[in-house]
Amino acid sequence: MTVNLRYRLLVALLAAATLVLFLLSLTVGPAGIAFGDSMVALFSGKADAVTLIMRDIRLPRALLGLMIGATLGLSGAVLQGYLRNPLAEPGLLGISATASLGAVLAIYTGLSAAFALALPLAALAGAVLAVVVVQAMAGTRGNSLLIILAGIAVTSFAGAMTSLALNLSPNPFAALEIMFWMLGSLTDRSMTHVWLAGPFMVVGWVMLGSLGRSLDALTLGSETAASMGIDMRRVQFLAVFGTAACVGAGTAVSGAIGFVGLVVPHILRPLVGSRPSRLLLASALGGACVVLAADVLVRLIAPERDLKLGVLTAIVGAPFFLWLVFRARRRLT
Amino acid sequence: MTLLSSTGLSVSLGGKQVLHDLTFSVAAGEFVGLIGPNGAGKSTLLRSVLGLLPFAGTILLDGKSATAIGARQRAGKIAYLAQEREIAWDVPVEAVVALGRSPHLPSFAALTDADRAVIDEAMRRMDVEAFSHRIATELSGGEKARVLTARALAQDTPLLLADEPTAGLDPSHQIALMRLFGNLARDGRSVVASLHDLGLAARWCSRLILIDRGRIVADGPPETVLTQETLRAVYGVEAFFGDADGARIVHPLDLADPGSAGS
Repeated sequence: MTVNLRYRLLVALLAAATLVLFLLSLTVGPAGIAFGDSMVALFSGKADAVTLIMRDIRLPRALLGLMIGATLGLSGAVLQGYLRNPLAEPGLLGISATASLGAVLAIYTGLSAAFALALPLAALAGAVLAVVVVQAMAGTRGNSLLIILAGIAVTSFAGAMTSLALNLSPNPFAALEIMFWMLGSLTDRSMTHVWLAGPFMVVGWVMLGSLGRSLDALTLGSETAASMGIDMRRVQFLAVFGTAACVGAGTAVSGAIGFVGLVVPHILRPLVGSRPSRLLLASALGGACVVLAADVLVRLIAPERDLKLGVLTAIVGAPFFLWLVFRARRRLT
Repeated sequence: MTLLSSTGLSVSLGGKQVLHDLTFSVAAGEFVGLIGPNGAGKSTLLRSVLGLLPFAGTILLDGKSATAIGARQRAGKIAYLAQEREIAWDVPVEAVVALGRSPHLPSFAALTDADRAVIDEAMRRMDVEAFSHRIATELSGGEKARVLTARALAQDTPLLLADEPTAGLDPSHQIALMRLFGNLARDGRSVVASLHDLGLAARWCSRLILIDRGRIVADGPPETVLTQETLRAVYGVEAFFGDADGARIVHPLDLADPGSAGS
C-alpha cells in the first residue's frame, strides 16, 4: 500500500508543478503584465491589448508547452516500455526527422509563405510517411529490433534530405529560416496551431495511454507477454501510430524538441517502482513540467535574443543524461 | 479429457523445416516431459502451441482450433514459462508474480483479494515469499527462475508449458519443482515441460515424449521411452539404469561408441 501511496503522491506533486509552471508560462513575458491583471484579462471579454497578448500570444504558447511536453514524456515512456530499451525516445521511429523534413520542404518551396498552415500540414504528412515506412519494414509480427533499425534508416534518410534542402536553398534567408525552425520553439504560435495539433495529440494520447497493462506484461519479454493474452500486433499498432499522431503533431507546430522524451521517463522510472504502466501518467506530467519550465527559462535568460527551446532542452538535457550514466556506472561497479 | 492435441504439426523456421508432422495429445492429469537433444525442436513445439510461430497442421486446445481463439482466451487455458529469464525493469518480485493475473483482469481493474490469494499461493509454492519485496533483476539466476515460474503458476491455467524449468535450479528446488508439477497433474491439470535432465524426467514425469530432429521418436511412460538403445541412437550416450523406491533411475555415463549408435 505504501507503494501505491507514494505513486499517488508523486502524481499529485507533478500535477501541482505542471499547474504552477503553466500559470508561470502565462504570466512571464516581455509585456510585464501583473499576475492578477493577466488572469482577469484572460477571462474577461475586453478587447484591450492585455487581453490580446494573453489570449493570442501567451495562452497558445502555454497550452502548446503543456501539450508537447506531455506528448514527449508519454511517448518516451511508451517507447521505452515497448522496446524494453531505456535509450528509446520519440525521435527513434524517424517521426521527428520526417516531420522536420516535411516542414523544411514547405519552407524551401515557399509554400509556408503562401499559406500559413502549409508548414504544420507538410510536417504531419512527413510523420505519416515515416510511420507507414517503419510499419511496412517491421511487419506486423512485432519485432522491436526491426522497428529500431527501420527508424534509424528513415531518420538518416530524412536527415540527408533536409541537408539537401539546406544545400540547395535558393537564398540565405530561407536557409536561416529552416535552421531556426529546426531548433524547436514555441514562440509566436497561435490558437490555430493549438487547434491543428490538439485533435491528433488527443488521439495519440488515448492510443498510448491504453497500453499500460500490455507494457507491464512486456517486462517479461514479448513471447511471455503474448502468452499472457497480450495481442502484440495491437500493441505495435497502438505504440507506433499513437506516437506518430502526437509526436508528429508536436513536431509540426514546434519543431523537434530533443531529450525530453529520453530523459524524463529515465528520471521518473525509479520513483514509480519501475512499473511501465505507472510511468505513463507520471512521465506525461513530467514532460509537461520540463517543457513549460524550459519555455519560461528561454524568456527569462535572453528575452531579446529569442533563445530556442530545443537548444535549451538539449543543453540542459545532455549533461544531465551524462550524470545519469555516471550514476548508473557507479552502481554497477 | 484431452486438453491439447496436435495432428500433423509442421513448422519451418527461416526456410528450414524444424518440426515434421507431429501428432500427439495431452490429457488432463498428465505431467509430460519433452526430451531430446539440443536443436531437436522442443522449444519450437512449445512456441507453436502458444501461437507464437506459424505452423501447418492442426492444434486443438480443449477441442477448439488454437488459431481460432484469441490471445486472451488462450491465456486463460495455457501458461508459458519461457526459456529466457527476461525481466526488463527493476520491479519487485511480487509485481512480477502479479503479472500472471493480468489475463484474468478486466481492463484497468485492480487485483481482487482472490487474485492476491492466488499470487501468494504461487509465491509460497515456489519458495520466493522470503524475497517478495526484493528487486527481481537483482536476484540470482535460480531465484529469478523460481520467480518466473511463480508468475506462470499465478496464471492458474489448466495447462502449463515450461521450457527448461529446472535449468539453473539447485537440486532441492529442482526436486521441489518436479514434485509441484506432479501435484498439479494429480489435481487434474497438465504440465508439459522440456527437460535435459534425464534422471529428473525418468523419476517424476508420468509420460515422456522424445523428439529428435523434429520428429517424435518415442512417446510413452519413462520406462519404455528411456532405454539403452534410444539413448544411444538419439543422444549418443551410454547410461546407467537402475531402480529406487519403484522409480526408474537413469544416469548418462559416457559418450557411446559411434560405431554402435543406432544399432
